[in-house]
Amino acid sequence: MTGDIDQYRIDSEPFYQPVGDEIALYQAAYSERLPMMIKGPTGSGKSRFIEHMAWRLKRPLITVACNEDMTASDLVGRYLLDADGTRWLDGPLTVAARFGAICYLDEIVEARQDTTVVIHPLTDHRRTLPIDKKGELIAAHEDFQLVISYNPGYQSLIKDLKQSTKQRFTSLLFDYADAGMEAGIVATETGCDVELAKKLVKVAGTARNLKGHGLDEGISTRLLVYAARLIDQNIDPIAACRMAMVEPITDDGDIRDTLHHAIDAVFG
Amino acid sequence: MATPDLTGYRDKLKCSFPELDNVFTDCMENAVARLSQRGRDDYLAGASLICGIGRGFEPVLVYLEDMPEVAEKLGEGMLSLVSETVWTLSRTPNGNAIPAFLDTIAEAARRLGSQELLCRYVDMMLDMMDRTTGSIHGFHTTLSSPGLPVLLNQMPYLLSQLSLDGVNHWIDYGIDAYPDHPQRQQDYFSLQTADSRAILQRQRHGTLFIDRERSLNLYLTAMWSDKCRFIPYSLGFDDVRKPLPYFDDFGVRVPDVYDDRAGIAGLNRYRALIAHMAAHRRWTTAIFADNYSPAQRLAIEIIEDCRVEFLAMGDYPGLGHLWRALHPKPIEGDCDADSQSCIRHRLAMLSCAILDQDHPYLDPDICQFAERFYAMMEHQTTSEDAASLAVSYIAKTRIQSDQSADVFFTHTEIDYRDDNRHLWKFIELGDEEESFDEADSPPEENEDETPRLPPRHYPEWDYGIKAYRPDWVSLYENLHPAGDGGKIDALLDNNKVLAKRLKQILDRLKPQYYVRQRYQEEGSELDLDIAIRSLIDYRSGVTPDPRINMSHRHDGRDIAVSLLLDLSQSLGQKPDGCDHTLLEISQEAVALLAWAIDRLGDSLAIAGFSSNTRHEVRFQHIMGYGEKWDEPVKARLAAIEPGYSTRMGAALRHAGHSLAARPTDKKLLLVLTDGEPSDIDVADNRLLIEDARKAVQELDRDGIYTYCINLDAHADDYVANIFGGRFTVIDRVERLPEKLAKLFMSLTK
Repeated sequence: MTGDIDQYRIDSEPFYQPVGDEIALYQAAYSERLPMMIKGPTGSGKSRFIEHMAWRLKRPLITVACNEDMTASDLVGRYLLDADGTRWLDGPLTVAARFGAICYLDEIVEARQDTTVVIHPLTDHRRTLPIDKKGELIAAHEDFQLVISYNPGYQSLIKDLKQSTKQRFTSLLFDYADAGMEAGIVATETGCDVELAKKLVKVAGTARNLKGHGLDEGISTRLLVYAARLIDQNIDPIAACRMAMVEPITDDGDIRDTLHHAIDAVFG
Repeated sequence: MATPDLTGYRDKLKCSFPELDNVFTDCMENAVARLSQRGRDDYLAGASLICGIGRGFEPVLVYLEDMPEVAEKLGEGMLSLVSETVWTLSRTPNGNAIPAFLDTIAEAARRLGSQELLCRYVDMMLDMMDRTTGSIHGFHTTLSSPGLPVLLNQMPYLLSQLSLDGVNHWIDYGIDAYPDHPQRQQDYFSLQTADSRAILQRQRHGTLFIDRERSLNLYLTAMWSDKCRFIPYSLGFDDVRKPLPYFDDFGVRVPDVYDDRAGIAGLNRYRALIAHMAAHRRWTTAIFADNYSPAQRLAIEIIEDCRVEFLAMGDYPGLGHLWRALHPKPIEGDCDADSQSCIRHRLAMLSCAILDQDHPYLDPDICQFAERFYAMMEHQTTSEDAASLAVSYIAKTRIQSDQSADVFFTHTEIDYRDDNRHLWKFIELGDEEESFDEADSPPEENEDETPRLPPRHYPEWDYGIKAYRPDWVSLYENLHPAGDGGKIDALLDNNKVLAKRLKQILDRLKPQYYVRQRYQEEGSELDLDIAIRSLIDYRSGVTPDPRINMSHRHDGRDIAVSLLLDLSQSLGQKPDGCDHTLLEISQEAVALLAWAIDRLGDSLAIAGFSSNTRHEVRFQHIMGYGEKWDEPVKARLAAIEPGYSTRMGAALRHAGHSLAARPTDKKLLLVLTDGEPSDIDVADNRLLIEDARKAVQELDRDGIYTYCINLDAHADDYVANIFGGRFTVIDRVERLPEKLAKLFMSLTK
């Protein structure tokens, strides 16, 4: 995992449409190297925002998609065997701490709580990472910052962060942009015309109203982008919406019917 | 056409009623025009047969008048079919039903439209007659069918509402439900009883509201961010004054069933209606009605309807297709303004013109006001703006005949719009304020001391008609009264040895939440011990073991258990060779099981059930999922008493209802019973067995695993029928405590 840190650098500007003053807030947090927690529903631009900020701050970005089977050694590093015996391999967190990257743990709650405890020493005044297997204590590079993202919407009781973890972060709350701005985002992202984007946003709005009535999440901005791309491939808008925006989010016949009808009503 | 010679035909008709000569010529001319030579012979033979049954002239007349048309439409085979059926009827005690039967034939032929269906209709009637005609000595049928004449009177209505299959189900149900009760049977077949109407409703064609309620609720939430209660009303029973949809503070009234119309499916008709009302709820504000004349109010309602629809179509253009398809298309010039009131006609045309820009109307007023409407809608508008446009339209087009009592209604009823009662408010509320109802006495105190939950209604499966009897069983859930919890502790003490053995099993079952799996080729972590051993093997030239990683897996239990106790009267018995009653043994077993489950940490609910007819199924709460195995629960368990009967289906459905809502992975419903389902109001035991079997299938469908522990040594006959293979029959009842706990553990291992 060591190797070339430059591969994690972002060269061209990722498109990000600020909704409020989140860029300024993030910059302030970064200049103090405060750990950051980004909350919000899926597809609301969390990962895109971090990419954008990494580009803006000119720091490498190391992203880890967390999952339930992830162990502490997946973050910190592990011994591997080779011809001469065992060899140590740094995990992504260790690499970021050594070289001063932004380490982004995506969907942190998917990892088990005992795994996430390894980030604690990095996220308080110590800013160190002890590697007990190797007997090494790494002091984090001065540019290092830890960012986690987390979707409070669909998690169960079990999948929550420990208070001791939560209280190490500053936090920004993301939500879907308001209708006009979201249409603008979809239009810029895909190059489709604004009228079409507005209709897509309208359909998304109907699904977001159903959150909690059988839908765990509304239709995300990402799915709107997918739908617009399909339409760009000369797919009929109604078929594209069904494919990109209805079928992925529900298996419930009644909800599917309702959303199909909403699409028919919006596209006339 | 030359008048055919009818004298030959008169001779073939062997009937000597004097009234016959007055009508014969007309009827025969009709028959000659419609029937073949063979058909005419059958026609006359049939009429002769009916003449000979001795029921007077009326049946003959009906036959002569109606049959040529029926035979022409459905085939000449109908002629002999009908006459022979009448003959069959006359050979039974049901002769009084013959005129009614003949009266239904013409209508049935029109509705059913095919020979095959009419034959089935006749068979259905004869079958119904056979099954309801009673006999005193069991040999000759002597009592006429009480239901048949009333049924035949209802038949035109039934056929207008139901398909032939639907009618058949409805009749079957009535026969099964009231075989021995003439008065109730008559009430059923004359549509007087609630269950009769409910069954009819289930069999209706079209889109039933109750089947779509969730979908429509989602629709309202999704597209209109609105919430309200839907209250369906029936269109079936109010012929004189058709109720219209409307909404008020209590909810939205919608028809209970919609047939497809104008190429729009029933569900979309509901959506059109709800979208219209939701648009009103969003954009309409009430205006004072006192200053407007009735004609002005009518116009204001129409323009306001158009205004909210126009606004809604701005958001959802697709709604326009629905509304345009459902909107009536009045034809210009249909209404004669000299003799009739055309105001509704004019307004319907205006509404149509506003909704559909490609309207065919030439009337300058309509065109001009449609344009003015569009001009108005370019700005922000309110209900007041709609009112002023409507008032000026009325002022412009008013004519004397608008006051006429003969109002032209054709193509003016817009069935997806509500009655607009929400649009009006009144300065003078009328005389009702001085109402006498507001008496000085305070409302009556409810003296019922124990709080009770309202009953829940569950359907019951009727295997005979292969359908559910809707809302058939009333189930009352209440907290079981408490007794002396010490009794349960004493019982547990008696079983100390058994408890100790169970505890050992439990410890093995207890979840180890995080388990290490060694010897994995692919794993999450290097298992250093093994790795070093392999490395040593490798260095010393032996084939190393490649399984040097280890991983972890979760080992948790996530089970919710509902234990359902049959508390029927038979539980009070002492089985042969036992010192204790079944009840005491069950208490002991349940106590032990509850203790074991509590140790395991699974969530458990315990409830008892018994029934006293379908109107009173008691469901007694002993322990809830959230409760611990502690004193109050023990006290309730100690107080259980046997009584009444075993209506299992409803209890299963109710227990399943709360179990299904548990968020656990595995759901287990244990039923502890000592006999087959039965109740005092059911003569046919198979009915409740089949219902319980159906209930088990429903639970299966909801992901609930049902298991029965039966204390009746002869249970094999029915218990397999109900629970499939999932049951245990306990022969030696005294071993129940041990068996039950072990059974649970083996089920959940």
